[in-house]
Amino acid sequence: MTNTATPQQEATPKGLMKVITASSVGTLIEWYDFYIYGAMAVIIAKQFFPQDNPTAAFLAALATFAAGFVVRPFGALVFGRLGDIIGRKYTFLLTLLLMGGSTFAIGLVPGYASIGIWAPISILGLRFIQGLALGGEYGGAATYVAEHAPKGRRGYFTAYIQTTATLGFFLSLGVILLTRKALGVEAFSEWGWRVPFIVSVFLIAISVYIRLKMAESPLFSKIKKEGKVSKNPLKESFAHKSNLKMVLLALFAAVMGQGVVWYTGQFYAQTFIERTLSVEFEQVRYLLCFAILLATPFFLVFGAWSDKIGRKTIMLGGMLLAITTYFPIYKAMYSIADPATKTEVAERSGTHTAIAVTATGDTTRTTTTVRSFTDGSTFKVVKKEVLLADSSKPAPKAETTKTFWLSSSGFWTIMFLVFIQILYVTMVYGPIAAFLVELFPTRIRYTSMSLPYHIGNGIFGGLTPFIATRLFDASKTEANPVGDPYIGLWYPILIAGVCFILGLFYLPNKNDEDVSD
Amino acid sequence: MNALKRLSGFIWIILGLVAIYLMFKQAGAEIAEARAGIRPLLDTQMFWYVIIPIFTPIMLGLCLFGWFAWKGEYDVIARDSEHLT
Repeated sequence: MTNTATPQQEATPKGLMKVITASSVGTLIEWYDFYIYGAMAVIIAKQFFPQDNPTAAFLAALATFAAGFVVRPFGALVFGRLGDIIGRKYTFLLTLLLMGGSTFAIGLVPGYASIGIWAPISILGLRFIQGLALGGEYGGAATYVAEHAPKGRRGYFTAYIQTTATLGFFLSLGVILLTRKALGVEAFSEWGWRVPFIVSVFLIAISVYIRLKMAESPLFSKIKKEGKVSKNPLKESFAHKSNLKMVLLALFAAVMGQGVVWYTGQFYAQTFIERTLSVEFEQVRYLLCFAILLATPFFLVFGAWSDKIGRKTIMLGGMLLAITTYFPIYKAMYSIADPATKTEVAERSGTHTAIAVTATGDTTRTTTTVRSFTDGSTFKVVKKEVLLADSSKPAPKAETTKTFWLSSSGFWTIMFLVFIQILYVTMVYGPIAAFLVELFPTRIRYTSMSLPYHIGNGIFGGLTPFIATRLFDASKTEANPVGDPYIGLWYPILIAGVCFILGLFYLPNKNDEDVSD
Repeated sequence: MNALKRLSGFIWIILGLVAIYLMFKQAGAEIAEARAGIRPLLDTQMFWYVIIPIFTPIMLGLCLFGWFAWKGEYDVIARDSEHLT
């Protein structure tokens, strides 16, 4: 357990694959833990936040989601420092345990109905721990793999680590779908949503077992043996101008744009399809699963390609494509699920009203309108109104639920459009671990690369669905109650645009072959 | 190219400062609207109380980046640790 490896030992293909597997499995599980929360934001909002206003509840959940992102840079500082002082291996073992423990605990917290305000407070606290742990994990895993990788192939080997974030998201969607199918929609919304959180404890146990068997990074072992380990990585990383300027360069000329492209492609796309287009829950998750599965191999393709033509060309290429095509992509997605542009089939459409009287004398009127279209898609609107027996009391606001079932061709077209967006993600994200590792020296690498990564990816990227959704809600006025569905895209486009220009001017395209310095 | 890098440093300083100014201006306007009952108060406050403390230091970082660029710190990118720490 305390064995250390020499670079020569780990350079064998078998040794390298072991390193990649041990790092990737743990990181994948950490991303899984982190994303199941976001993937169930709507259900969690109902369970843990007051439900008087559904938008407030949703935003509150997203804020908690954002809280998970905002604390990531602090995790990067705490665990980055540890990783540069005591080593990569034990630091990312610790982050794994923290992540697993907090995820498991989220699955056990009683809802708002049982313990009141302590429910959201507990969730917020656990979400903070998740964010801290993730802040420490990625830098460790990327550094660990990069420090084992042979010269000229660092982009390819670190790209395995880059697949884990997307695969972790895929795994979270898969586990959620399977649990929902097995338990049924009602049981899943009531208590079954806890299962994906609780399952995490088994995944973490496997990953800890694998990681415990791994050796320390050869480059870190070497500097430790030579007594060159940094005594104060935070000071060396951020108080010395020569390194601080590289941290700023990494953040503003690369990671900031990567973060928004990443979170637009996977998360804002999901929010847009589910909330703005009202596409049915399972259809959204299936199309995301297909798109992710098809796009994931391209992380390796672009990682390997970046070894040949340079990291900058590929990352900036991805940003430019995203900036120029987001509007047409989102407009195309909108038109596919827009009932106003479709021809209705009268004999398969209709309205049904059901009235129920409760024991207290209140009347619930549920009006269900179903509209079927010639292309095979269906749109259902359910309006629930409560008429109180005591007419002196104000009637509660009517609840309206919209659900759109895509036609087969609509499903595959939207899947393809999401796939394109995730392809951009693979371009900007595939080479970035190698790029960051090459920018900083071994003795402060963990700290220096973790902070810009988590500010760019966590804050700029992680807040994308939050900011874009808010821009959309703010665009709804009395004159235009539907709002501007595309206004949220301005946020990622502007951030990626600035990053693209900065990258074009300031980033070198030549890869640094020697990271042992 | 180095002259362009240096000159554009000034743009990044301005961009950072303008972003901070606009953020505070927008926050002030929206919170005032919320207090007047035009917007939901809790949502508006929560949004800006999250955004301002996070993005202000980051935008100051952009100003610092611009300053470094202006001073020619990015004319040559260091490739080894001797030049970094």
